[in-house]
Amino acid sequence: MNEILLNKNEDLLLPNNILFLSTNKFTAKAGEMMRYTLHPLGDDAVLVELGKEISKETHQKVQSLTAFLEKYPPEWMIEYIPAYTTVTIFYNPFKAYQLSNGQLPFNFVCSLIKPLIEEMTENNMPEPEIVEIPVCYGGEFGPDLDFVAEHNGITPEEVIEIHSSGSYLVYMIGFAPGFPFIGGMSEQIAAPRRDTPRLKIPERTVGIAGMQTGIYPIETPGGWQLIGRTPVKLFRPTDDSPTLLKAGDQIKFKPISLEEYHHWEETEQ
Amino acid sequence: MINVLKPGLLSSIQDLGRTGYQKFGVISSGAMDPFSHRMANLLAGNEENDPVLEITMMGPILTFEKDTLISICGGDLSPSINGQPVRTWRSVFVKKGSELKFGRCRKGCRAYLAAAGGFAVPDVMNSKSTYLRAGIGGYKGRALKSGDLLETGKPSLQSLKITEYLTKQILDRTFVENDWGIASELIPDTAANPEIRITRGRQFDLFSEASQVQLFKHAFEVTSQSDRMGYRLKGPALSLSEHAEQISEAVNFGSIQVPPDGNPIVLLADRQTTGGYPKIGQVAAVDLPLLAQAKPGDSLSFAEISNEQAQQLLINREMKLRELKQGIFLKTRGGN
Repeated sequence: MNEILLNKNEDLLLPNNILFLSTNKFTAKAGEMMRYTLHPLGDDAVLVELGKEISKETHQKVQSLTAFLEKYPPEWMIEYIPAYTTVTIFYNPFKAYQLSNGQLPFNFVCSLIKPLIEEMTENNMPEPEIVEIPVCYGGEFGPDLDFVAEHNGITPEEVIEIHSSGSYLVYMIGFAPGFPFIGGMSEQIAAPRRDTPRLKIPERTVGIAGMQTGIYPIETPGGWQLIGRTPVKLFRPTDDSPTLLKAGDQIKFKPISLEEYHHWEETEQ
Repeated sequence: MINVLKPGLLSSIQDLGRTGYQKFGVISSGAMDPFSHRMANLLAGNEENDPVLEITMMGPILTFEKDTLISICGGDLSPSINGQPVRTWRSVFVKKGSELKFGRCRKGCRAYLAAAGGFAVPDVMNSKSTYLRAGIGGYKGRALKSGDLLETGKPSLQSLKITEYLTKQILDRTFVENDWGIASELIPDTAANPEIRITRGRQFDLFSEASQVQLFKHAFEVTSQSDRMGYRLKGPALSLSEHAEQISEAVNFGSIQVPPDGNPIVLLADRQTTGGYPKIGQVAAVDLPLLAQAKPGDSLSFAEISNEQAQQLLINREMKLRELKQGIFLKTRGGN
């Protein structure tokens, strides 16, 4: 496994500890019982840890557990947050207390989660959705495209070619609504963060930080190298599914012209 | 309808939070002091989750365009109606044309104003809470401004009963408070420099022995870099016994995380959904109101309790709250 740590994060606003994984030697054995540990996270949540390292294998376990919770939401559950190696399940402590006839909510909820995980196999994995994201590279949308090219001793066109030919896995969503933590970018276009973060990065900007690529769904400060922008909204608060991306999705970037960008943006709005 | 003459420092509409969307990275938001929020609603005859106005440090000036049943709970920001002090933690019936004003921050720093029927704002992703950074929810996705007009929803039967109870006593005054209070043991003691009960965080054991001791031995100051997202604390620098990178995972209301500079951050209502800093502690849910009422300059000290104790305390308080709810119900309807 090739694990490289990135990001010495500048402030609260930036995602920390983004790890990147380029290869995956594991294949999940179907039917194998999941190893896990349970931990309290405050008085209304239990964190289920399904692995110790970021890997596709652990990601699949996270995906099967969340698929299960989505399909059969327990009545005491409020919501869940999937991450690289964990799924945190939030519950209503008083409801759990009442349902259990006076047991401590954490103990009660754990006693229900255990059989649930143990019965689960990795066969109920949902098929990953492939999401194509059009990107207008360079120009005013991607002021750092030239820097990324220079840093790697290649041309801006090659950066675009490499960035848009990859297939990327969304490991988790966090930091901002619909902000994907993505694995799978080529080392050939890696670039360090800016020394001084920009105060405002417009929404839908595509950037590179270390060996990580990502898209800013809403305007935020940030230190990433900006290479382009997509006309597609990643955060849609009024839609049933409020974000374009979810954990487990596969992303492909498609280069588009400025003209196409404007046309697309108009039809989006 | 309520007219906003002056907005105050940061007044925003909040309910108990936007749940179900954290998996999409959408933060929970909601009241910083959920207990005061619920009490204010209870006293106005509302559902516990109804949207109320969260008022911070310097309160707004509001005028009532019609007779309204309200309640103000949480911090004591010296509220007055038409120049007369009005009590917090009470049901208050206000005649139309009255002006509600806030003054000095006497105790705590966040007050919750509930109006019968709740503030009528649209649901966004199942919640009426304002998500300030994304500009959605609440009143037009933002904090109040001068000239805003707040509509209230349809009062519940309970609100009407409380109103009926109070109108019998108003005589020629412009407002009246109920003549019974809430047992003082139920009201969190939001004195300055509170002691806050916490449990060990998931990465507590990774911290150096010295840091583990200092967390409970020393006070931490709430710095001016503190907002609805989190409080940055200053005290003895806390550090891991050896460098260890964390993998990002979910955080919760009250999680105490420690970035590399060693100054802990307590995460609050507008926290991000996930974080990658090690968590040294977790504030017990029952003490979140104390934290939410602490203001920059206050110092916090932490006392360790077990997870079992923390949950038991929460259950006990919830039981009392239910008894209180029953009590209010009987009191306002008993006569009929």
